Amino acid sequence: MDSNCVKSTHPKAADARYKVQHVTEVEPSVQVRSPTQQALRRLRRDRMAVASAIFLLLMVIISILAPVLAPRDPTETNLSQRLAPPATPGYPLGADDLGRDILSRLIWGGRISLLVGFSAVLVAMILGVLVGLVGGYFGGWLDSLIMRLIDILLAFPAILLAIAIVASLGPGLQNAMLAISIVGIPYYARIVRGSVLSLREQEFVYAARIIGVPDFRILTRHVLPNCLGPLIVAATLDVGWMIMIAAGLSFLGLGAQPPTAEWGVMLSQGRQFIRSALHISILPGAAIFLVVLALNLLGDGLRDALDPRLRE
Amino acid sequence: MTRYIAQRTFSLIPVLIGVTLLVFLVMQLAPGDPAQIMLGPKATETSLAQLRHELGLDQPLHVQYVRWLTRVLQGNWGRSIQLKREVLPFILERFRNTAYLTILAALFACSVGVPAGILSAVRQYSLSDHMAMVLALVGFSMPIFWLGIILQIVLGLKVGILPVSGMRSPERTDLVDLINHLILPSLTLAAGVTAIIARMTRSSMLEVIRQDYIRTARSKGLRERLIISRHALKNALIPVITVVGLQVGYLLGGDVFAEIVFSYPGIGLAMVNGILARDFPLVQGAILLVATSYVLVNLAVDITYAYLDPRIRYG
Repeated sequence: MDSNCVKSTHPKAADARYKVQHVTEVEPSVQVRSPTQQALRRLRRDRMAVASAIFLLLMVIISILAPVLAPRDPTETNLSQRLAPPATPGYPLGADDLGRDILSRLIWGGRISLLVGFSAVLVAMILGVLVGLVGGYFGGWLDSLIMRLIDILLAFPAILLAIAIVASLGPGLQNAMLAISIVGIPYYARIVRGSVLSLREQEFVYAARIIGVPDFRILTRHVLPNCLGPLIVAATLDVGWMIMIAAGLSFLGLGAQPPTAEWGVMLSQGRQFIRSALHISILPGAAIFLVVLALNLLGDGLRDALDPRLRE
Repeated sequence: MTRYIAQRTFSLIPVLIGVTLLVFLVMQLAPGDPAQIMLGPKATETSLAQLRHELGLDQPLHVQYVRWLTRVLQGNWGRSIQLKREVLPFILERFRNTAYLTILAALFACSVGVPAGILSAVRQYSLSDHMAMVLALVGFSMPIFWLGIILQIVLGLKVGILPVSGMRSPERTDLVDLINHLILPSLTLAAGVTAIIARMTRSSMLEVIRQDYIRTARSKGLRERLIISRHALKNALIPVITVVGLQVGYLLGGDVFAEIVFSYPGIGLAMVNGILARDFPLVQGAILLVATSYVLVNLAVDITYAYLDPRIRYG
């Protein structure tokens, strides 16, 4: 973390004094931007990242409004429209093998995928951050123990670990979500621990300790805000990864179960018809791909914006 | 170097114990009584109790773990409920098939990813650089199972040059047939890894060609081609090796999807079928085998890394 990031984490009182000083001493034409504002400015110049952010926002809105926007019930069958191709009247993206409207199923499926992706990352991040903060800040046997446990989790290929956990808990969407959350924990713990180890030695943390600020407050007000940059980048990239793995588990029959309108389930069921009705399996896959691509583009953009030194 | 290898190998022991413990616990926590699954719904209470006793299921957890681990180390990995045969020989055979697939995918990923990354770095911001990086982004945003289906449709069904499922054609045992069957699944599996390797090679190369010794080489008039291939590449590839090692994990996990899409008889297919059939001895064995092999591959990568970069050994 560079020094201007550190400034942003001064307690509010100090921050206010700092601003007052500027009003009186600095010429009015010079604008003072916080590191966050600077990062946002850099991000706005990245056209791909902005386009991705808009696309994702649109997807979130569509997912939230699914009950209103979806033209039909996602599980309503209509055998007369069996395997209807896209652009069939009333079925803009066609129908699947049971005559269910693919557009409606995609909209409802997005709701599940986005919800799973975001909440799994949130759970993994909260637990990972907690573990990483505690281990990195306090050190000692607790840190050793945590790191050994993390090493064990990382000794498994990520997807295999998720499959193993689902195997244990039994197939189902909730269990799949829990599994991918657990798989994510060690990565966040590592990121945070690494940052904390270097932050712990910095003067502003020493200073806080010397004036008697309690550990909890040092961690939440001074240490954690300085780890946020890498965490935000990792989380953005991770949402995409988790959406992909959750859909993958459903595809394998280990996550969401039919007849749920979920992208992985749709893809898996459409596979039987790749000779006669391609669109059933291609469209949900394309939906996963686009969302993941957008998240990756946004994540790359965020990384460049938050840490310009990394940009080549 | 010998000391480093010894140290690194010994440090694996706690990790491997942890891995076995986790695999054991994961299967212990699974709902359902193994005795009930083995004997079926019609089993009587006495026969269930007897089987539980025979399997040691009436013992405390730590005793069960030690017994299980002892048996695993002796090569007795239990019997598959579904297949009614020994687990170990079966999964070893399946694992060999998976190894063909992942090795071919890794070879493909390196032979495309590394040159693409070098080219991108050498011609930074050129059209080919932008194209390669866009392709890389597409490559690792693509779900393996979707890419597999697309390749199946395009190259398998429409063009019809390659088989779309299985491992061998009936009544053929030659290598050509095997490779034909391996091409589509390994390409599917390789896409994401190729992308990551290309990106990593590019950024590592960019870092190296800005260093002083490269400037020295340029200023004494060496040809650019020679500078890249003789001087820059050696150092640029060191971090790439670590990435390749980590990606083996992605290959071993993603392999499950490729095997399902292409009905390829590897360990991933066996594992998923085992989970759906609640065949826990099989699943447990498969997970243990794949995880252990991943740990060993990482050991090999670390040793290679230390060999290539002495700073690691003495650090």
